[in-house]
Amino acid sequence: MTISVQFSGVCRFYGDVKAVDTVDLSIQEGEFFAMLGPSGSGKTTCLRLIAGFEQPSAGHIEIFGETAELVPPYRRHVNTVFQDYALFPHLNILDNVAYGLMIRGIKKAERYAEAEQALDLVQLPGYGARKPSELSGGQRQRVALARALVNKPRVLLLDEPLGALDLKLREQMQDELKSLQKVLGITFIFVTHDQGEALSMADRIAIFNQGKVVQVGSPEDIYQRPDTRFVADFVGSSNVIPADFADKTNTAGQWASLRPEAVRLVDSGGRTAVVISRSYLGAMTRLVLDINGIRLNALSPSNQALPADGEQIQVDWDSADVRLMDSST
Amino acid sequence: MNHPEAVITPGRGGLFGVASDYIWRNPRMFLFLMLLPPLLWLGIVYLGSLFALLVQSFFSIDEFSGMVVREFTLKTYGELLHPANLDIILRTVSTAIVVTILAAIVAFPIAYYAARYARGKWKAIFYLGVMLPLWSSYLVKIYAWKLILAKEGILNWVFAKLHLTWLLDAILAIPIIGGNSLSVSYLGTCLVFLYVWLPFMILPMQAALERVPGNLLEASSDLGAQPGQTFRHVLLPLALPGVIAGSIFTFSLTLGDYIIPQIIGSSRLFIGQAVYAHQGIAGNIPLAAAFTIVPIVIMGFYLWMAKRQGAFDAL
Repeated sequence: MTISVQFSGVCRFYGDVKAVDTVDLSIQEGEFFAMLGPSGSGKTTCLRLIAGFEQPSAGHIEIFGETAELVPPYRRHVNTVFQDYALFPHLNILDNVAYGLMIRGIKKAERYAEAEQALDLVQLPGYGARKPSELSGGQRQRVALARALVNKPRVLLLDEPLGALDLKLREQMQDELKSLQKVLGITFIFVTHDQGEALSMADRIAIFNQGKVVQVGSPEDIYQRPDTRFVADFVGSSNVIPADFADKTNTAGQWASLRPEAVRLVDSGGRTAVVISRSYLGAMTRLVLDINGIRLNALSPSNQALPADGEQIQVDWDSADVRLMDSST
Repeated sequence: MNHPEAVITPGRGGLFGVASDYIWRNPRMFLFLMLLPPLLWLGIVYLGSLFALLVQSFFSIDEFSGMVVREFTLKTYGELLHPANLDIILRTVSTAIVVTILAAIVAFPIAYYAARYARGKWKAIFYLGVMLPLWSSYLVKIYAWKLILAKEGILNWVFAKLHLTWLLDAILAIPIIGGNSLSVSYLGTCLVFLYVWLPFMILPMQAALERVPGNLLEASSDLGAQPGQTFRHVLLPLALPGVIAGSIFTFSLTLGDYIIPQIIGSSRLFIGQAVYAHQGIAGNIPLAAAFTIVPIVIMGFYLWMAKRQGAFDAL
């Protein structure tokens, strides 16, 4: 497999602030790769380093084997879908989509034909004559996608592209982006702070924290087997508990993660817990439990009989669901 | 629970209380009252006098008695087309065009810096630097420029010290724009116009550039555009309303000014000087009025063209 983007010890400093701190990554060709992390964790800076808007303070970046440092954005065969779309307000939709082709000097008839095709691809046929201000957020998002894809980039960068959309539209766009990526077969690099989005769309996920990559892996890896406390906390609503509490065979001082859905209500023979509060989430209900002073979240199907607040119940879990983590981060 | 206060407080009463309630219930009346004084001022004092001027330009002057004949005629406009008068119009308009283009070129980098890079203290320094010249007396500045540009002035001295007197002489030897010294040449007139009106170009340009989101420039670059292409296809079209606004200032102010060309430049007349001469000494109010209409017509035409070219589409 070809590597499309390779980071080797890449740093980006702003004065004393280490926005990106010694990041090593290799992203395969044709992969849907998500960069996930809280705001300020360096994921967007990494994207901007690939696009060429930022230059690394140290380290080396290769795009399809070619050195990318000091290469201006307009010489990179990489296109970006910006967070707030960045459509040109003075151009109509067709001219927006055809912009990259116009810059390359492709004749009007030809570039308009290609732009129309790109608009078809994102399911906005016939919208060419409108101005960006006349479109809804979701439509602008598709135009931004068409404007990038019409240039047939080797790598497509998406900077929180679904952040400004409402939930329904976001879910629909997630499916569309995923299937579009399968059809086109180009590398998608997707920045998001929404773990659900990353888990549902990506082939692989890199988790960012404080400028560093803390874990890279498939969505299952990340969700089931978090390496660190931070990953367990950030991805989903994992319980982080002392290891010797979770599983009696383990040594003290270490931490372990336990998924809330792994906590089962049992009739007898488990641990005694007190229900602190309940919140109804639709299909599931979240119970906040107290076991000898340790807080634990449990997710139970809503259609079974659930205990009331303050009730004493018995809970248990399989020791296989307990995941030991690095104690450091 | 015990609520000591009523949910709805009674009206405060008195003139102001009643008026406040009335205005709150009749927002249109409020708007009317608020706009009435400025509209009266604008309508009667401003547009009214402009209209009176327009009417005057259709009168003519009796050549023997020197009295204004109050009969509708296009004779005065015919006089505008006399070679001497046409010369004045052409001179003024071409100077205004040159000053406007120069101002746009000089202002752009300054406005761009202020809009995209200057922050905090530097922004304050920018505003101060641009506005400061506007706070001192117009006449003092122009006489100062007369001294700077004079044959014995500092500019000549600098050129001499740099052994570049030949360059200055070569520039002054250019027909039409040259002359005996900078202070008596059209070049000097344009320079001083440029200096005096530059803030009126910088400020609207800066405001327009400030409103161009930075990520549009990144998007253009991302789509393969080199800096020059981004300037031409994104930055300039989006900043155009500001450039047009600035050019309206520099262009119309140059068209109407009658002091700068009187102090600096050749002794040939500009429109403003012609208006001044005709309405004062000669008492030819109709011709002065007709001269005044010229800049108005030119500006109207300019704005119409700008609109047709889509200069305001990005607003």
